[in-house]
Amino acid sequence: MVTTAEERAPVPTSEGTWQPKIVAFLCNWCSYTGADLAGISRIQWDPSVAIVRVMCSGRMDPTFVVKAFELGADGVIIAGCHPGDCHYQEGNYKALRRVHLLRRLLDGFGIDPKRLRLAWVSASEGDRWAETADEMTRQIRALGPMKVGS
Amino acid sequence: MTTLAKTKPKLALYWAASCGGCEIAVHDIKEKILDVDAAFEIVFWPVAVDFKVKDVEALEDGEIDLCLFNGAIRNSDNEYMAGLLRRKAKILVAFGSCACDGCIPALSNTTSRAATFDWVYRDSPSTVNPDDVRPQEETEVPVGTLRLPTFWERVCTLGQVVDVDYFVPGCPPQAHQIWAVLEAVIDILEHGKPLPPRGSVLGAGDRTCCDECPRTREEKKISRFVRPHEIIADPTKCLLDQGIVCMGPATRSGCGALCVSVGMPCRGCYGPAPNSKDQGTKMISALASVIDSNDPDEIDRILGGIVDPVGTFYRFSMASATPAGLSRLAGRDREALQERTS
Ligand code: SF4
Ligand code: SF4
Ligand code: FES
Repeated sequence: MVTTAEERAPVPTSEGTWQPKIVAFLCNWCSYTGADLAGISRIQWDPSVAIVRVMCSGRMDPTFVVKAFELGADGVIIAGCHPGDCHYQEGNYKALRRVHLLRRLLDGFGIDPKRLRLAWVSASEGDRWAETADEMTRQIRALGPMKVGS
Repeated sequence: MTTLAKTKPKLALYWAASCGGCEIAVHDIKEKILDVDAAFEIVFWPVAVDFKVKDVEALEDGEIDLCLFNGAIRNSDNEYMAGLLRRKAKILVAFGSCACDGCIPALSNTTSRAATFDWVYRDSPSTVNPDDVRPQEETEVPVGTLRLPTFWERVCTLGQVVDVDYFVPGCPPQAHQIWAVLEAVIDILEHGKPLPPRGSVLGAGDRTCCDECPRTREEKKISRFVRPHEIIADPTKCLLDQGIVCMGPATRSGCGALCVSVGMPCRGCYGPAPNSKDQGTKMISALASVIDSNDPDEIDRILGGIVDPVGTFYRFSMASATPAGLSRLAGRDREALQERTS
């Protein structure tokens, strides 16, 4: 039952050359469009953030988050429509409850819960997306590479 | 009789880091144990028959037809036996929750080897050890050197140290399921039935514990989690609907909904549900759906009612838990230890 993920997990780079790896899961209807707008508007944000599009933040199975960490992510962002605006009515509330519980779980495993961020970004908020990405990168840089325990 | 015995397929059973419950469970098949004896030649089974490790070492590679291996891999001796039985057995089965997913022994993966030793040999209330005597891997005595196995930093599943052909979950596997597995193997060996695909889970269902549960689930929303002793639960309604953390939605079916039928929540012993490798994250999804709030503070208050989420969600699958995978990467400590001791 050894997962291949373990074999694929990247070798940590030496001190000093480390760059954070942040995976961001953006909902199709608001946040991804918001990030797209940021791109079109030529707003820059930290390239450490790699975006994955999901249909809704409620699609975010907590398994995806721990898998991302297992594969070498130092931080994970989940971004969805503002409360009340989810294209599927309730998806972002579901994401909210999952994230709160998942943070407790990560904490229990010795993973700093600040490595998981939930953000609401609408389709018109390109700047807000860029801020979210930059803020998260700053936070992860401060925390350093993913490590278990402290 | 002797000529017949030679043609019988060979069976081995072994226990590594386990409580012995899986061994008892095999005896729970009752008089059918005689059928097992009739169908197989037992070549190794420390709990029941007097063969020694050297007898197994003397066998040809692949000479054992079926080995049911229970217990997790906790120390160097467990690992040696896993490797030995893997070589000697055609079919190696991870038998029971410890071998499949780590089970209770793997709960110690939430802490370190040093902390485990401190607790066991110094701090626990029932320990009297004024000289702080600790087990030594090597002890010189007049007759020579005594050796104890190396205690790993982490508990591994059988599948994490050797290739496993099949998995039989459960803590312990239920007798009717054990019999079903043995019957299937007899059919395969005697009547040339095709083997199930390698890596299959045998002796369990392909749905979740909820699907077998006799209680009525109404997908209620709850505003408070309670522990089983805090309420008198309605005997006909879903326990989760009543606020009791029940691992049913995240657990593989197969036991016949044993615990939930008698009023206790499922603790998750049949391991991760099909199509999901991770019980905890699956449980998070299930619980997030029943919490009756969209307000962050209120959600936190409700979640505060879940005592020890890590130990509850991964009570039986800590060694294969995805978040613990990160720690397993750090499990290089095992190799480091090996180097040190070789
Ligand atoms: S959550 Fe538990 S009590 Fe409810 S249906 Fe599932 S197994 Fe039964
Ligand atoms: S109800 Fe759950 S804990 Fe109880 S025997 Fe079945 S799988 Fe195991
Ligand atoms: S569609 Fe954007 S959060 Fe559901």
